[in-house]
Order: sequence, then structure tokens, then C-alpha cells
Amino acid sequence: MSARAPASDEVHVEVVHDHHEAAHGSRRGYITGFVLSVILTAIPFWLVMAEVFADSRVTSIVIMAFAIAQILVHMVYFLHMNARSEGGWTMMALIFTVVLVVIALSGSLWVMYHLNTNMMPMSPGDMRTMP
Amino acid sequence: MAQSHTAAADDGALHFYVTDDEHGHAEGGTMLGFWLYLMSDCLIFAILFATYGVLGRNYAAGPSGADLFDLKLVAVNTSMLLFSSITYGFAMLEMDKGDQRMTQRWLAVTGAFGLAFVGLELYEFAHLIHEGATPQRSAFLSSFFTLVGTHGLHVTFGLIWLVTLMVQVHQRGLIEANRRRLMCLSMFWHFLDVIWIGVFTFVYLMGSLK
Repeated sequence: MSARAPASDEVHVEVVHDHHEAAHGSRRGYITGFVLSVILTAIPFWLVMAEVFADSRVTSIVIMAFAIAQILVHMVYFLHMNARSEGGWTMMALIFTVVLVVIALSGSLWVMYHLNTNMMPMSPGDMRTMP
Repeated sequence: MAQSHTAAADDGALHFYVTDDEHGHAEGGTMLGFWLYLMSDCLIFAILFATYGVLGRNYAAGPSGADLFDLKLVAVNTSMLLFSSITYGFAMLEMDKGDQRMTQRWLAVTGAFGLAFVGLELYEFAHLIHEGATPQRSAFLSSFFTLVGTHGLHVTFGLIWLVTLMVQVHQRGLIEANRRRLMCLSMFWHFLDVIWIGVFTFVYLMGSLK
């Protein structure tokens, strides 16, 4: 790269510049993402702090839905994820990671949640004398 | 690569084709490689989230999340990170325009928000430890400090990286290498904001529920 003649280097930078412009999104895109993020952050905080729903299970499901929505907003507007970048390989890597994350999370929770039931029975007296 | 060589040779347009292709690979390679690093980092956080999910309700007769968390502080902290995300976006837009001075200003604003985030988190940690809610107190607190601390550590290293890049841009301007580095940090920074969404939802908000 450094061995190039200055003239060709200039042209070279210009081309790269054009190429990147599209990948960085626009002011409008960033502001849209920001406004959506603020809304998607404020609502779950309000739901929990004002205790809007009597049932905490409803609240957790709703705030989880908001979290997923906000993660998608960040992916699209801030990280500029799409199926075209890098010939689709970033999307492939993302899908693969999401699959692994879901397996790790749901698998751990599922196995550990049932662990108590699957353990050998133990009396409170045994438990107290455990090392 | 070898394939394109032969293909280009057949066309008789060896020089242009290969040059362009090589360049495309190097440029895309960095971004794709950095994206893969972020995905692997995502797996680290997935495991820490899973650990917290399993241990997060084991209080060992100690304080619970509902007793400890100050949601107002967390809301302020969240807004700090969100503001820093959009200001970094503005820095990238100025970088595209080639305006070095404004890029540096937006980077400085981003750094200030990031510093505020780390400062508030350290204040929260100090407050918790002062109250006796140390990582050793219960499994809940061990997993809490590990998860949130790892995220805070990432932000801290992001800040060090940011300052390093500001010095680089100051010394050498918005050269190609610095643009590439700023783009990598941009992905890193926005990625940390994505992780924080998971943290405030799963740890703070759900931990504060009765």
C-alpha cells in the first residue's frame, strides 16, 4: 500500500470513500434509531418503576419483547446490519451466533431449573451435616 | 484468490481486476473479521447471562435485586450509553464527510458519555460493596458483578481505544487506516450498547420485580 505512487493512492482513497458512504447510514437513520431506542427504553423502565401490571410475569414478558425490539433497532440503525453486507456473511455469522446464544441460554436455564427434581433425595438433616 | 487470477488472465485484464479484488478482500476482511470477534464476544456474554439466569435468584439469605437496585440510577446510566451511541454515529458521519475537527469533537463527546457511564457504574458498585453486598455475599451477587463488571470492563477498554484513536487521528488525520480503526470501534461501541439492553432488561428491570 505504502509503495504506491501518490496519484494512484489518491484515486484509491476516493473510491473507498464512496464505497463506505452507503455503509455508514445517514443522520436521519441515526436519529430514527435513537428516537426509537429512547421510546423502547423508557416504556419498560416506566412499566417496572410505576408497577403498571399487577402480575410480574406479564411485566417480564412485555419488557423482554421491548428488549428484543430494541436490539433489532440497534442492529439495523446503528450496526447497519443487512443481508447484503460482506456478501451476506455478517448475517450468516449473526444467525449462527443467535442460534448458539439461544441454545446456551435456554439449555442452561432448562437443565438447571429441573436440576432440583433430578437430584437424589436428601433430608434437611443430611443437608445440615454436609461438609 | 487463485481463481480470480486465472479468470482475470483469461480476460486479459489482469491488472485492474486483481487490484480491485485484492483491495475488496482486505477491506471487507477486516470488517468481517471484527464482526466475527464481536460474535464470539457475544457468546462470552451469553454464558454470563446464562450463569446469571441460573444463579440470579440464589440470595443466600442476603439482599435481592429488588432491595439493592436503584432504577433511577440505572435509567441515567442507560441514557449515557444511548447518547454515546448516537454521538459516535455523528462522529462517523463527520468522518465520511472528511471533517477531522468535527469528528474529533464528536469522539470527545462520546468519550465523555462513556466516562460518565463507567463512573456511575463504579459509584453503584462502590455503594453496593459499602452496603455489604459484595461479590462474595451470594451466588446472585457473584453472577451480577461478573456480568455487569465484564460489560463495564469492555466499555473501559473501548474508552482507552477511543482515546488512542483520537491521538492517532490528531497525529495522522483521517487516513485510510484510521478510518478502518474508527469503523471497528464504531461496531464495538454499538455492540456494547446492544449488550447493555440485555443487562438492564434481564438484570435490573427483572431483578427489581417483586
